[in-house]
Amino acid sequence: MRQKSLFVKNRIFMVLTALSAATVAIVVIAMLVVLTCASIAAIKHFGVLHFIFSSQWNPVKKIFGGATSIYGTLMTTILAVLFATPVSIGIAIFATQICPSRFRLFFSNAIELLASIPSIIYGMWGLFVLAPIMKNYIEPALQAIFLPIPVVRLFFEGTPLGIDILTSSIILSIMIIPFISSISQDSFDLTPKELKESAYAMGATKWEVIKDVILPYSKIGVLGGVILAVGRALGETMAVAFVLGNDHHIHLSLLKSSTTISVTLANEFTEADFGLYISSLFYLALILFVISFILLGIGKIFVKRIEQ
Amino acid sequence: MNNLEKRKLISNIALSLSVIAALIGIFWLVFIIIEVLIKGLSSIDLSLFLKDPAPPGIKGGGLRSAFVGQLLMSLVATIIGVPIGILGGTFISEYGRNLKISRIISDVSDIMMSFPSIVVGTFVYAIIVKPMGHFSGIAGSIALAIIMIPIVLRTTEQTLKLIPWELREAAFALGAPYYRVIIDVVYRSASAGLLTGVILSIARVAGETAPLLFTSFNNPFFTLNMNQPMPSLTVTIYQYAMGPYSDWHKLAWAASFVITITILFVSLFSKWMIRRFKA
Repeated sequence: MRQKSLFVKNRIFMVLTALSAATVAIVVIAMLVVLTCASIAAIKHFGVLHFIFSSQWNPVKKIFGGATSIYGTLMTTILAVLFATPVSIGIAIFATQICPSRFRLFFSNAIELLASIPSIIYGMWGLFVLAPIMKNYIEPALQAIFLPIPVVRLFFEGTPLGIDILTSSIILSIMIIPFISSISQDSFDLTPKELKESAYAMGATKWEVIKDVILPYSKIGVLGGVILAVGRALGETMAVAFVLGNDHHIHLSLLKSSTTISVTLANEFTEADFGLYISSLFYLALILFVISFILLGIGKIFVKRIEQ
Repeated sequence: MNNLEKRKLISNIALSLSVIAALIGIFWLVFIIIEVLIKGLSSIDLSLFLKDPAPPGIKGGGLRSAFVGQLLMSLVATIIGVPIGILGGTFISEYGRNLKISRIISDVSDIMMSFPSIVVGTFVYAIIVKPMGHFSGIAGSIALAIIMIPIVLRTTEQTLKLIPWELREAAFALGAPYYRVIIDVVYRSASAGLLTGVILSIARVAGETAPLLFTSFNNPFFTLNMNQPMPSLTVTIYQYAMGPYSDWHKLAWAASFVITITILFVSLFSKWMIRRFKA
C-alpha cells in the first residue's frame, strides 16, 4: 500500500517537472503562433517580400513597409559588431595571455559587469552623456576627416546631433563586448597547452603563438560568440530607443537618425489605433523573432561544438 | 633591423593593442558607473522613496509608486517563474536526463535567455492585455516570468548536474523513491546554487523595461491592484528621461542609481556564491 502511494507520488512529481520543462517549448511555439496570427492581416495586405523591401511607413495613408526598421536594425547591429569584435578579442587576449593570473578573475568579472548593467541605464547614459560628447566633439572631428574624401563622405553627411546610428552602434557595442570576450576567453583557454608550448619551443613570439596557434584553434568558438552577440544586438530596445530617434527614412549617413524594429515597437505599439497598424507592428515583431531565433541558434551550435 | 627584432617588435605592438582593448573595456565600465553615481547621488533624497510623483511641471515628488509597483511585479513574476524554472530544470537533469527532448529544451532556454525581450512584451500584449481590454500589473508580471523561467531552468540544470550521482545512489539504496531523493538529497545539497540562480534571474528582470512597455504600461498613481496599469521604475525612467522637465531627469537619474547599484551588488554577490558553491 505504502509502496503504491510512493509510486503515485513519484509519478505526480515527475509529471509536474515534465510539464514545467515543457513550458519553455510551449511558450516559444505559442509565441510564434500568436505573433503569426496577429500579423496575418498585414501579411495578407502587404505580402512578405513587398513588406520587407518597402520603405514606406505611413500610418496616415495606412501604408506600412518594414525596410526602414530592418535597415536600421541591420546597420546598428553590423556597426556594433565591427566595433566590439576587435576590442573583445583584445580583451580576451589580455585576460588569458597577458594579465597576471591573480588579477584575471578581477578583470574578467569587471568586464562581465558591463553585461549586468540594465539596458535602460545604457540608454539614459547614452542620451545624457554620450550623445552630447558625440555631437560636440567626435562627430565634427569625423566630418573634418572624412567629408573631403569622395564616396566615404556619404556616410558622414548631415548636421551632427548625437542622436544617430553611430551613437547607437557605439552603445550597442559596449553592451555586447562582455558576451564576445567571455566566450572568446573560454575558447582560448581550451587550446591545449602542448600546442602552445611546442610553438614557444620553436622560438615563436607571444603574438605568433596567439595568431598562429590559439586563434586558429579557437576560431569557431569566437565566431559563435560573435553570432550570439549579433543575435543579442538585433533585439536590443531600450539602449537604442533613447539615441536613435524614430525616423522612418533610410539615410546612408551614419550621423542621421533612424529606427530599428524594436525601437519602432517601443515607440508606436501603444499608439497604434487601427487594426492594420497594430498588425504591421506584430509583423515586425514576428520578423525580429525569426531572425533572432535563427541567429542565436546558429551561434549556440558553434559554441557547443567547441565545448565538446 | 634584423628579422628577429622585427618579429619581437610586431609581437610587442600586438600585445600593446590588446592591453589598450582591455583598457577600453574597463574605461566604459568606469565611465558609465561614475556618471550614474555622480548624477544619481546628487539627485537622491528620502522623498524619492516616500512620495508619489508630482504632476508634470510641479517641483518635488518621488517615485514611491514606481518602487512599490516594481517590487510587486517582480515578486509575482518570481512566484510564477521560479517554481516552473526549478521543476523544469529538475526534469532536464534528473528524470529526463537521457531524453533528446531535454537537450532541445535546454538549448531553447539558452536561446531564450538572449532573446529580444520586447518580443515577449508583444506576445503578452496579444494573449493577455488585448483579451482583458486594459494594461495590468499581472500582465507585466507574466512577461517578466517568461523571461525568468529559462534563466532559472538553466541554472537549476547546471547546478543539479554538479551533485555527484553517488549521493543519489546512496539514498536509493535506503529505499527512497526518486522524488524523495530529489527533494531531500539533491535539492538540499544544491540549495546554494539554486538560490543563486533565483537571485540572478530576479536581478535580470529587475532591469527589464521593454517587456513592461505594453503590458503593465505606467500609472502616475500609487496602486496595489495588479489588475490595473502599474508603474515600474524602469518604464518611469524611460518616460522621465525622454520628458522635457529637468526635475524628471533628476528623478530618472536617482532611480537609475538605485537600480544600477542594486543590480551590480546582486550580480557580484551571486558570482561570489557560485564560486563558493563550485569550490
